[in-house]
Amino acid sequence: MTTRYSFGGDEHLFVECDEAMSLDAFFKSLSMTNAIRDAAIKGVTEICPANASFQIKFDPDLIKPNDILKEVQGIESAAAKTEPVIKTRIIEIPVFYQDPWTHETLMRFRERHQDPTATDLEYAARVNGLADVDAFIKAHSGSPWFVSMVGFVAGLPFMYQMVERAKQLQVPKYLRPRTDTPKLTIGHGGCFSCIYSVRGAGGYQMFGITPMPIFDPEQSISYLRDFMVFFRPGDIVKFKPIKHDAYDHALGEVASGRFAPVIRDVTFDFRDFQKDMTGYNAKLQGALA
Amino acid sequence: MTIKVLHPGLSTTVQDLGRPGYFHLGIPVGGAMDRLALRAANMLVGNDEGAACLEAVFIGPQLEFTAPARIAVTGAEMPIKIDGVEQPGWTALEVKAGQVLSFDYLKSGARIIIAVAGGIDVPLALGSRSTYPIGALGGFKGRAIAAGDELPVGAAASGKAGASVPEALRRKPAHPAELRVLPGLYWHRILPESQQSFFADQWKVAPEADRMGYRFRGGQALKFVEREQPFGAGSDPSNIVDSCYPYGSIQVPGGKEPIILHRDAVSGGGYFMVGTVISADMDLIGQLQPNMPTRFVEIDMDGALAARADRKALLQKIRAVLA
Repeated sequence: MTTRYSFGGDEHLFVECDEAMSLDAFFKSLSMTNAIRDAAIKGVTEICPANASFQIKFDPDLIKPNDILKEVQGIESAAAKTEPVIKTRIIEIPVFYQDPWTHETLMRFRERHQDPTATDLEYAARVNGLADVDAFIKAHSGSPWFVSMVGFVAGLPFMYQMVERAKQLQVPKYLRPRTDTPKLTIGHGGCFSCIYSVRGAGGYQMFGITPMPIFDPEQSISYLRDFMVFFRPGDIVKFKPIKHDAYDHALGEVASGRFAPVIRDVTFDFRDFQKDMTGYNAKLQGALA
Repeated sequence: MTIKVLHPGLSTTVQDLGRPGYFHLGIPVGGAMDRLALRAANMLVGNDEGAACLEAVFIGPQLEFTAPARIAVTGAEMPIKIDGVEQPGWTALEVKAGQVLSFDYLKSGARIIIAVAGGIDVPLALGSRSTYPIGALGGFKGRAIAAGDELPVGAAASGKAGASVPEALRRKPAHPAELRVLPGLYWHRILPESQQSFFADQWKVAPEADRMGYRFRGGQALKFVEREQPFGAGSDPSNIVDSCYPYGSIQVPGGKEPIILHRDAVSGGGYFMVGTVISADMDLIGQLQPNMPTRFVEIDMDGALAARADRKALLQKIRAVLA
């Protein structure tokens, strides 16, 4: 892993921890951004962690670009020594795979797709060498995902599946991005899954939809009253396939204010996870039972 | 007092200087596309420089005032009328109760800022009154204004009618427009010939140009240095492992059409970027109309900081004139 530094104009320092995605790169980025926050460097206005990189916004009237570069480079070696252990939470997200709404949308944008004759799920199953859509859904919902970035639009989580690289699901993005995506669509592009927090443009393949809101500017939803954005980097997500009736029921619960997501506090130790991913995931998911 | 919206224009939104601090969650800073125009408009009517104004793009709104008000319109050149009588831009104007502010066709630039003494008094959302329409956050009910809306106005401080920003202090894009760019980010991903053509070619603003991003056409497609794509990035050579996007950064999906991210930018994504428009030139982007010929001009960090200082000095001159 080589760290690469570059400036985004006169107001941003861009730091790429690694060109490729891995949890190693994510943890390097996480420990660096935490250390930079703790260092309270003069002139730093925002710290934005991403999957395998991050960005710092600074005010060049308060700190010279080269001075902030030196400060962050100094933090890099110190951050390498921090333990990759985080206190976080695991959340169960119900997903109605192959739902009518994403299906209607994907049919509308078929001419922008690699395979206009198949659905996004059929295509994803095929390019990942899986027998059928059911096998793909099983792989998608069978192991937890790590929230490695929050962003794009308000509160959208990028998620990286916690399995060996050989088992990771990869799909290309649409040839040309769509102009429409239903709110709360479960998408996938490259190695990342996401949940579209709001309706809008998108280029990821669409697999299903969740009834669970994750962004609420009105803050009327019980679990979003403290803050309008649900996810934060480091959250762990487990998808739970549900059918149409369970989806409708959950929507009703959301509308009446009774919907309570299944959330448990957990500690995640990256070293233990690397030793035995399957066993470690089983233990993590045990917290949801 | 309130302002009645008789006609909303094309897309008129409440904007101030934005809501920094939430980009790491995908909520952009937002705020006026032309910050210099917003500050000047507020100064003219005696507001704090960051008070909330209306920003209208291409087509101005028609607004009726329910009480006497002091207003100013800055930014693009678009004939201003009060009850049909033409009025000067960049000038503090008095409006009587019941009078209607309207606009003729846009002459140059793209966006006007309408300030009212007292400011548009919508509630703060995450510290700002700016509208972020995609997130239905802030502004007037989280959306562009519509006919029939009644916009609340705050209590006005004192100010002097007739004050004006001299022509020489009104910054406008040249023709062709020139945007200064600091190469960087994933600049190394394109071949040297493309690094050259990017700055040599003349580009044109594409119709897809809004508060999130400005797309450009007409230059040569960029060619990439060959490599095996890193894991997780996606197969197209313009793909990267999804990362943060700086404001002003220029992504080029497929190497074809550069897109400059602006105030309502998405905070990150999976396209490589060639560099970033410097902070001093961000206001100019918001004044570019579709089809406007545009050149990207290479600059280094020292040049970017000097341009930033120049812009600050210009703002200081406007303050001095209106003080």
